[in-house]
Amino acid sequence: MADTANFALRCDNLHRYLGQDDARVHVLKGVSFEARRGQVYAIVGPSGCGKSTLLYLLGLLDQPDGGEIEINGRKMSNTDDLARTAARGEHIGFVFQFHFLMLEFTALENVMMPMRKLGRLSLPEMADRAHSLLSSVGLGEKTHRLGTQLSGGEQQRVAVARALANQPSIILADEPTGNLDVKNSALVFDLLTRLAKENGQAVVLVTHNPEIAQRCDLTRPMRDGLFV
Amino acid sequence: MSPNLRIALRFLTAKKRAMLMSLSCTVLGVGLFVLTQATTSGFEEFFIKTILGTDGAMRIEDKIQDTLRQMTAGGGSDFQISQRQGLKYIEGVEEPKLIINALKDFSNVSGAAPVLRGSVLVRADFKNESAQVFGISLEDHLKVSDLGRQIVQGEIATFREQPTGALMGRVLADRLQLSTGSSFILEAQGQRLRYTVSAIYETGVADIDKLRVYVHMSEARSLLQKPSGVSFVQVNLFEKDRAPQNSIQIQEVLKHSAKPWQEREKSWLSTFRALRISSAITVSVFTLIAGLAMFNTLAMIVLEKTKDIAILRSMGYERRDITQIFLWQAGIVLAIGAFLGCVVGALSTLGVSYMPLPISGIFKTETFVVSWNIWHYVEAIATAALMVMIASLIPARRAARLEPGDIVRGTAQ
Repeated sequence: MADTANFALRCDNLHRYLGQDDARVHVLKGVSFEARRGQVYAIVGPSGCGKSTLLYLLGLLDQPDGGEIEINGRKMSNTDDLARTAARGEHIGFVFQFHFLMLEFTALENVMMPMRKLGRLSLPEMADRAHSLLSSVGLGEKTHRLGTQLSGGEQQRVAVARALANQPSIILADEPTGNLDVKNSALVFDLLTRLAKENGQAVVLVTHNPEIAQRCDLTRPMRDGLFV
Repeated sequence: MSPNLRIALRFLTAKKRAMLMSLSCTVLGVGLFVLTQATTSGFEEFFIKTILGTDGAMRIEDKIQDTLRQMTAGGGSDFQISQRQGLKYIEGVEEPKLIINALKDFSNVSGAAPVLRGSVLVRADFKNESAQVFGISLEDHLKVSDLGRQIVQGEIATFREQPTGALMGRVLADRLQLSTGSSFILEAQGQRLRYTVSAIYETGVADIDKLRVYVHMSEARSLLQKPSGVSFVQVNLFEKDRAPQNSIQIQEVLKHSAKPWQEREKSWLSTFRALRISSAITVSVFTLIAGLAMFNTLAMIVLEKTKDIAILRSMGYERRDITQIFLWQAGIVLAIGAFLGCVVGALSTLGVSYMPLPISGIFKTETFVVSWNIWHYVEAIATAALMVMIASLIPARRAARLEPGDIVRGTAQ
């Protein structure tokens, strides 16, 4: 039981097909995976092996064709869209390769966005937390800059702060450093792992970068839709 | 401000040009709707006002004869068959005083005046014209018509004081080259009586202004040799729109035919209604364009914001939130567009009301007639709201249906 409580994320025998008819491809062929709180996991592998597909399934952004997913002990496969959306808001933080900031909003507003939806904090508390998160990623002076006024590295740091906004138990990052130079890659990775470890969050990241993968607690290589 | 409204506002302001296009279409649609309704209703209302001010809201004429045929069985039996044969009318009102007294019991009746009508020949110095003489009791008649306000030459007081005075329609007076103070002869039933033009009136209705000569009731009785009874009783109502219901009740109670103004002026009212529907259809095209512009803008925003939709969905925003964000955008454009459209509509209505447009025939006016009615604005906003909301529902639902996984995967590729 204690072991189960330690796992923020579990999946068992996940299958996923993409495409239709003749173009239908069996992308995930029965993948099982577990992620403990406070640990950083890297999923590595060649392009098209199913890393990102697995990450989207674990993040409940997509639905598996078979298998089970558990978030903090609650089975999420076969739940409706509303339950999956609620679980995303409460338990999961995403960092995407292309930053995915909402560019019409300031850094502060971007970080506050998930908090506003969850509605746990009052508006001043949200603003305080967003300020503190942005300061911890080194952007305390740029909280009121629009997304368009930030560099790529800064945008990705805002995305990290946003992923941490609701204190989720799981952080999923899809090539979080894929679009950054070496210096910024290291900075973003360090931030992500440091903050996640401080808060006891499970971090699962997909990466092509061997240096980043080596620095993770556990590396899971993938090939042809299976862990090897 | 709700998170969804905040996001909607930012999305909109990010697409200024597209939003301005939708906004201007909505403003144009609402503004034109208000303007056309104001002008078409304006003429219709003015016509109704003219006709009510001239012929009243209702006319009580011809007595209804009871035509119930009964057959009674003989031999002391009570058996009886009754059969209605259809209505028969006896021309005119034999007892106008009784009718007018009885009308006082109807709460919606504001006044009733007897009128004796007959065909006459008007003889002036240079020309003769066929006309109709209307014998009236002036004080009663002023309660059921706008005759006092329709005087364009002379004074109504002169008519009141002159027993042989007459009120003549402007067209008829012009044709006979008569002015106030001129004398003329009315000829009917072999009788010729001389009168003086006390005042000249103008209703703007050509058929009235070229035909009617108003004289005092006693004079009309002498001229038409009708010592008792009248042709009809002209009735005015507090609530003019209730005339059809009132006429049914009055006819039932007083056993005289009662014709409401809606039935009397049916052909003109149908023409105005057709005109109004036609202009409403034209204007609906503008609001349809507003709807299409809105659809276009939102569809464009949905296409450009798929990434943002995926971000929102990944952060826990529900499909319902995404729909709301896009409906809010439509709502914002609609609210601003409706407000500005109403202002534009009101200002253009005001401008048009000063436009010179001499019309006479069915009514008399020198400028464009407009109607100021709050319902035109309500209808315009409701039509625009319907169009815009229908147009925005499709892109909003499409946005909500987008699967975040598909979007992220697509972007990642």
